[in-house]
Amino acid sequence: MIEIQDLQKSFGDLRAVDGVSFSVEPGEVLGFLGPNGAGKSTTMRMITGFLTPTGGEVLIAGKSLGLDPIAAKNRIGYLPEGAPLYPDMTPRELLEFVAEIRRIPKSQRKERIGKVVEQIHITEVLDQRIETLSKGFKRRVGLAQAILHDPEILILDEPTDGLDPNQKHEVRHLIKEMSKDKVIILSTHILEEVDAVCTRAIIIARGKVVFDGTPGELKDRSPSGRLDDVFREITTAAAPVLA
Amino acid sequence: MKSTTTILKRELRGYFTTPVAYVFIVIFLLLTGILTFYMGGFFEREQADLAPFFFFHPWLYLILVPAISMRLWAEERKTGTIELLLTLPISTGQAVLGKFLAAWAFTGVALLATIPIWITVNVLGDPDNGVIFAAYLGSLLMAGGYLAIGSCISAVTSNQVIAFVVSLVACLVFILAGLPAVLDFFTGWAPQAVIDTVSSFSFMTHFNSISKGVIDLRDVFFYGSLIGCFLLANTLILDVKKGE
Repeated sequence: MIEIQDLQKSFGDLRAVDGVSFSVEPGEVLGFLGPNGAGKSTTMRMITGFLTPTGGEVLIAGKSLGLDPIAAKNRIGYLPEGAPLYPDMTPRELLEFVAEIRRIPKSQRKERIGKVVEQIHITEVLDQRIETLSKGFKRRVGLAQAILHDPEILILDEPTDGLDPNQKHEVRHLIKEMSKDKVIILSTHILEEVDAVCTRAIIIARGKVVFDGTPGELKDRSPSGRLDDVFREITTAAAPVLA
Repeated sequence: MKSTTTILKRELRGYFTTPVAYVFIVIFLLLTGILTFYMGGFFEREQADLAPFFFFHPWLYLILVPAISMRLWAEERKTGTIELLLTLPISTGQAVLGKFLAAWAFTGVALLATIPIWITVNVLGDPDNGVIFAAYLGSLLMAGGYLAIGSCISAVTSNQVIAFVVSLVACLVFILAGLPAVLDFFTGWAPQAVIDTVSSFSFMTHFNSISKGVIDLRDVFFYGSLIGCFLLANTLILDVKKGE
């Protein structure tokens, strides 16, 4: 469904992403892990067509993203890092705007928005300006706009960041629910989240894939069986050893 | 085209749900009033035309239009919404055009709000309404030129103050292009053809002829191609720099 081949991105001298390759099929929930600045967001930005890769390719359903970005963007729902939203709009206005741009037929818009609003639990803030919403609600509105067109591919950059434990639980539940027929790629700092929702984990450090396997395999690599320990071991092992 | 319209509508609504629109229109009307009646000597001239009204437009726009255009892209960068917008299934060009047209339509609304002065001059005398209509058209075209320049500059930075100041200076260069302030840079060493080219880029020259009632296709073409070029540059800048 989605195939990433030797993806590279440089900013000046800095190689933010350095030859990342993997492919994901529907039904998989891929957890993207890695220290800050490892290249997670940059990779996601290339998959969603926001950034143009310096090298390599993103194939969506076998077609290169660069050749027909609009068709590719139609298949993707994306929650950017920090869930940026237009502060002067209400969630309702924003969802109507996204529905119109995503060409959801007029007759279905209301129903579709209603369904997503219910799924994500944002009914009570629907007509409040986004700038007045709490972090948790903003994140949920960001999630709502990402799943509005029922995309085949869902890219979520830190979807549970800033949510309270209950909200985190809800979002994870939602992701699991949607994962049956979708490709879901999410990035996170929270290792327990990988255990809770992901069927597969990729760890990136300094722009390279350093682990690709199931959360279970990841745990097995540590004698203590704790994800934290494996994560630290894997992401620091690749670093030049400082005396 | 449909996506462009969707963006245009969203943007335009944005102007009116925040105080931006009301503050801008009130200030615009206040300043045009002061300039026309006090500095332009609207009554003292005892002539039924709007020359003192239009005379100040290039200078008024110099301050006010960059204040609108500065936020076009700089704000999207600052708040990160540029990532939301440009990962929707639209092209960068459609986004640029939609935002530009909304800003242009908004200045059009501000200009429409000055219609009472047109009515006033018709009550007081018997003006040539064809000339006034042409001048309004010229003024709108000129505002479009300023906006395209400002939009392009706004795409370079996430800092609205920088976008404002740089746009103001860039527009000033275009206003003064026909005057010694700019031409003196070139006289003495550049061939006459270069000097003529530079002075032909003057906003003043192209606006003055329209505001006298002469709609010369060359002037319309000048503003049209200026807007086109800057919006194209705007799109290219975004494509290259949007992630930074």
